[in-house]
Amino acid sequence: MELSGAEILIRCLQEEGVECVFGYPGGAVLFIYDALFKQDKVKHILVRHEQGASHAADGYSRASNKTGVCLVTSGPGVTNAVTGIATAYMDSIPMVIITGQVPTHAIGQDAFQEVDAVGITRPCVKHNILVKDVRELASAVKKAFHIARSGRPGPVLIDIPKDVTAASCKFEFPESISMRSYNPVIKGHPGQIKKAAQLLLEAKRPMIYTGGGVILSEAAAQLTKLVKMLGYPCTNTLMGLGGFPGSDAHFLGMLGMHGTYQANMAMQHCDVLLAVGARFDDRVIGNPQHFGEVPRKIIHIDIDPSSISKRVKVDVPIVGNVREVLGDLVKVLETNREKHDAKALKAWWAQIELWKAKDCLRYDRASKIIKPQFVVEKLYEVTKGDAIIVSDVGQHQMWTAQFYKFDKPRRWINSGGLGTMGFGLPAAMGAQIANPKATVTCVTGEASFQMCLQELSTCKQYRLPIKIVCLNNRYMGMVRQWQQFFHGNRYSESYMDALPDFVALVQSYGHSGIRIENPADVEPALKDAFKRKDELVFLDFITDQSENVFPMVPGGMGISEMILAEEL
Amino acid sequence: MRHIISILLENESGALSRVSGLFSARGYNIESLTVAPTEDPSLSRMTIVTTGSDDVIEQITKQLNKLIEVVKVVDLSESSHIERELMLIKVRAVGKDRDELKRMADIFRGRILDVTEHTYTIELTGTGAKLDAFIQAIERSVILETVRTGASGISRGERVLRA
Ligand SMILES: Cc1ncc(C[n+]2csc(CCOP(=O)(O)OP(=O)(O)O)c2C)c(N)n1
Repeated sequence: MELSGAEILIRCLQEEGVECVFGYPGGAVLFIYDALFKQDKVKHILVRHEQGASHAADGYSRASNKTGVCLVTSGPGVTNAVTGIATAYMDSIPMVIITGQVPTHAIGQDAFQEVDAVGITRPCVKHNILVKDVRELASAVKKAFHIARSGRPGPVLIDIPKDVTAASCKFEFPESISMRSYNPVIKGHPGQIKKAAQLLLEAKRPMIYTGGGVILSEAAAQLTKLVKMLGYPCTNTLMGLGGFPGSDAHFLGMLGMHGTYQANMAMQHCDVLLAVGARFDDRVIGNPQHFGEVPRKIIHIDIDPSSISKRVKVDVPIVGNVREVLGDLVKVLETNREKHDAKALKAWWAQIELWKAKDCLRYDRASKIIKPQFVVEKLYEVTKGDAIIVSDVGQHQMWTAQFYKFDKPRRWINSGGLGTMGFGLPAAMGAQIANPKATVTCVTGEASFQMCLQELSTCKQYRLPIKIVCLNNRYMGMVRQWQQFFHGNRYSESYMDALPDFVALVQSYGHSGIRIENPADVEPALKDAFKRKDELVFLDFITDQSENVFPMVPGGMGISEMILAEEL
Repeated sequence: MRHIISILLENESGALSRVSGLFSARGYNIESLTVAPTEDPSLSRMTIVTTGSDDVIEQITKQLNKLIEVVKVVDLSESSHIERELMLIKVRAVGKDRDELKRMADIFRGRILDVTEHTYTIELTGTGAKLDAFIQAIERSVILETVRTGASGISRGERVLRA
């Protein structure tokens, strides 16, 4: 039997096990929407802006390890989705984006709502495909899903001209796919893994530094086992939080620009560093020359060879899937009769304790104005550390990363690579849809929130009971902080004037809101909100305008060259 | 350092722009780029001449390998190889220059492909350096037009680059 391109697309999505698509209709995708209408296996979530569709599909993927799917029309539909695509690309999130295109005969004619979708998105997708013939559609979809979730994951875009969705052909879903040009390495080289084990055992001042690769490859169990059997200190990047239990004694906190003193010092001064699914980026190790001044041996496990020795030269590269390699490394260490130098390790931990004693995350707990850190601490207590926390971008993001202890993977969702304000609310929608029973919280700032707040309407339509914690400091706080530190207190255009009454705003969308101005009211308000299981509640915390995120490594400085709170 | 990189890739529309886009996005140099289908029409063979430190060249090879359509990448400059470039050059050939240019073309083993009353069009192949030398050797003012293909390269001996 022959099916139309639109029907073939939907059948392929069903075959791929897609339960839900985030999208927005328009001329070029009308046949696809018609095919969606005629079935009930694939659910469609109607967002209010295509940026919301791509962020929601991304959040859905991050919270579930399923491939997120979004569907948008040609032209402005695509361009609106680009921010979300780039966000997913920077954080290696598996996602498939389906875009409508003008009919094949109109391509290149400057047709109505024509943009070169494949051209525009080329630098921010793992791959993209323009399907010019309905007979190639099924294999293109199969390929897209395969590429998106294998190897180093990433977004893949399929651009489908309208006439291709209307044309028909025989439907056959390809059982498997083989590509001569794409075969990611999965298993790590056994010789390299042995070398790594040897180096780890010889270490006097070992350090384990892990990133988003641990989350993406579902390797938290293997990592936890490795750290505990060795007894070595462990730190996570912003993207890696939850890969190792945040409340464990081996955990030194996050490292990097706003990392803890102990994590950054241990990173700088270790003699053997095991880097796992992380990429030594500028926000993590600061200045690579400064980092290189201390001699140390580096073992680097990553699925992507181009991430290895990119910013920092490593001694033992291991290319492979992080979970596989860590599993093999644990096995080698288990059978190895040699033991690490216990005395040296004890001295190293003693040094780390001294660093810890700096209490670098200290803040004024007696303050009469609400401190943002206090809100996050209370949020952690009230949710018993078990919520899915989706963050926007700014100071609130860093405080949440510092003060909420993530014990499990996929509980911390944020735009680390691209740093996209507006990500929070739509990504939280995706996370809630992927986990209908979970407590999903969006931590945001009054500036970030206003970038995608139209999605409050989507939340109403689909009854998404997200709790929104807004740390409202009336400033683009992170921008203000940089202006205070590096631009002589000239707060150029970073004050958020003319703010809406957020409580009234969310009420107009049919949600409820609470405004909190006193520290004493923080905990009761949170408790009240989280009791309301079926409602979206917006908590507008009026926080200290002048609070800064510490520690801070200024741009271009070494990772151990931190500004601490008391130094200012 | 100058490197000559050979790439075998799927002969698909868009593959070329992925490669050139990669070079511009990451700030790598392209001195020349040539591409054409191979004896297997589903594959193209590309030669890129670039310059960069060892670290940069390592990243270029890794980033190229990451492109979904790229089947294989080799840095030909790592071992002995042959490279050739083709140049077509149109020169003003009048008066005493006419004989002189004919003689120069012979010395460089060029061929005159087209002759008019006032011009010669000469074909030359060789390394880039040889083509440069030819341009240096003739009078600058007689050159009307040049077109060069950029280098193509292949390994010496038994080494082959296949899918
Ligand atoms: C789309 C976008 N535009 C601009 C920026 C630059 N930027 C980074 S943080 C920030 C301020 C965020 O303010 P807010 O959401 O109120 O959070 P706060 O820092 O106050 O906690 C800005 C403007 C960005 N990251 N993303």
